[in-house]
Amino acid sequence: MPADEIPAIEVEGVTKRFGETVALDDVDLVVPPGGVVGLLGPNGAGKTTLVRVLATLLAPTAGRARIFGHDVVEEPQVARRNLSLTGQYAAVDGLLTGRENLRMFGDLLQLTTASARRRADELLERFDLVDAADRRASTYSGGMRRRLDLASSLILPPRLAFLDEPTTGLDPRTRNQMWEVIRELVADGTTLLLTTQYLEEADQLANRIVVIDHGRIIADGTGDELKDRAGGITVEVLLADPDRASDACRLLADAGLDPRGVTAPTADLEVPTDSTSGLGTVQRVAGALESAGIAVTDLGLRRATLDEVFLQLTDVLPTDGEEPEPVGTDLDAATNGRRR
Amino acid sequence: MTTTTDPTTPSDDRRADPPGPPEIDQHLRGGLATALTDGWTLGKRNLKHFTRLPRLLIFSTIQPVMFVLLFGYIFDGAVRGALPNGFPSYLAFVMPGIFVQSTVFRMTQTAVGLADDLDKGVVDRFRSMPMSRSGVLIGRTIADLVRSMAVVVLMAIVGVLVGFRFTSFVGAIGSMAIVGVLGYALSWVFVWLALHVPGAESAQSAAFVFAFPLSFVSSVFVPATSISIGWLAFIARNSPITAAADAARGLAVTGPILAPTLKTLAWSVALLVVFIPWSTHRFRHVQ
Repeated sequence: MPADEIPAIEVEGVTKRFGETVALDDVDLVVPPGGVVGLLGPNGAGKTTLVRVLATLLAPTAGRARIFGHDVVEEPQVARRNLSLTGQYAAVDGLLTGRENLRMFGDLLQLTTASARRRADELLERFDLVDAADRRASTYSGGMRRRLDLASSLILPPRLAFLDEPTTGLDPRTRNQMWEVIRELVADGTTLLLTTQYLEEADQLANRIVVIDHGRIIADGTGDELKDRAGGITVEVLLADPDRASDACRLLADAGLDPRGVTAPTADLEVPTDSTSGLGTVQRVAGALESAGIAVTDLGLRRATLDEVFLQLTDVLPTDGEEPEPVGTDLDAATNGRRR
Repeated sequence: MTTTTDPTTPSDDRRADPPGPPEIDQHLRGGLATALTDGWTLGKRNLKHFTRLPRLLIFSTIQPVMFVLLFGYIFDGAVRGALPNGFPSYLAFVMPGIFVQSTVFRMTQTAVGLADDLDKGVVDRFRSMPMSRSGVLIGRTIADLVRSMAVVVLMAIVGVLVGFRFTSFVGAIGSMAIVGVLGYALSWVFVWLALHVPGAESAQSAAFVFAFPLSFVSSVFVPATSISIGWLAFIARNSPITAAADAARGLAVTGPILAPTLKTLAWSVALLVVFIPWSTHRFRHVQ
């Protein structure tokens, strides 16, 4: 079999229990080489557990996982040669300088001394850390630490890189820098599995999004597919006089539409539709409101955001009597700001 | 040689097809050589930690030096009469004992350092790399051995300055070496402890619960024969700490050498044989 037909990740029926808690529940996932998979889910959904199983840190209770064809339990050392892990807690050693950190990992990967030095210099250059190279990493900013952490996972360019919440806690500018770095990595041909609680991050970076909740994969597809699947398109109407919203709703319901009142800065009511009848719905809404003399300040078609997709997916999920895990605060913040 | 054990894969598949390959030369070793070189790499890292935290360096050396001075001056008058033959002062008796006691206490830092690394992300990174599993633990124990030997040498110098006399240079080296051997074996016990007690602070407390009675119920401060409670005397007589203290005492000052030295070596080998595989196994499966 040619090398590029072996999946980068192959997960078959993986279950992981910690005592009574089921962290992963019969997960199946196949990721072909190349591209970025975004693993999305609230806190405690099982994202990190799945990454830890795949990175050979945690043996699954049941099921099998393979990295480029190598079973993570049966041949972990071979699997490890094909992967790198950048975890949530930066593995940077604060008492060593940036350069020393990189050389140490070079030594541990059995690079020759000359090669370890050269590689450290290259990575410092590439991650814009040359000026800080000989300072202790404890003096670095959050963004610099993440970059150094990522750099030290790339001493030997991995075929598959796991990034576990690479931008959690970073400010927007630093997050953008990390995204650039990640895009370069993918352009070089590395397959990436990225966990995140930031929907925008998944939308920006991933060409495939896997949504996980309560240890199960509940959706899998491109960002567009997920958006289509969850509600598709709505017509949004902002009235000149918000007090007439209930009148307008009644009117549109009489016209055979399915309006719902909303309270948001950009809309007072929404009418669900789909891409084929979208324009027709706009016409019908506009016609009905005009004939009733209800003035409108804004009216338009809007596609579902990933936030809405996510909210919908995690709401409809049956919990099987298990205690539902709290949705993370970051997600709460994201879903509250539901207008793009 | 590579460390590859996979029978279906050619041994050169380490990063067999790296994307956009930069020029990287590797010098692949295998098995024990990997464990030792990885241990050395991480040992250097851990020693850098020690020298880069001046507070840690200062306080961890002040304490044993203080012990030498306190025991040498405070207890001397009270216990001199009760000393076995051949010891001119309590300092002469207690000095080799304090070598052992200080080393046992110093080795509790193995538990603290390892627990600390486990709390941070760095051990996850190590464990996800194709490096030696035991290298992380070897690096930790080697660095702690070097540290505690440095402290023992410093204590010896201070001891000599205040009147302690080794009988010979060989005796001086030998007494420190035998302490180092037992200390290294004990540091693997503390590795085991750190892998079973999560968190640096609890690991430290647990290590002290273990180290305190171990070093006091022994011949470190008093002759084991002077302990009057039967079961305590039994423990003291058979403790590896007593063996090492007696051996160090014999080598540095006076007393039997061969029997306690062999006993110390036997204890050390036994501890290493049990705790290296047990700890390494546990480290492999730590979650």
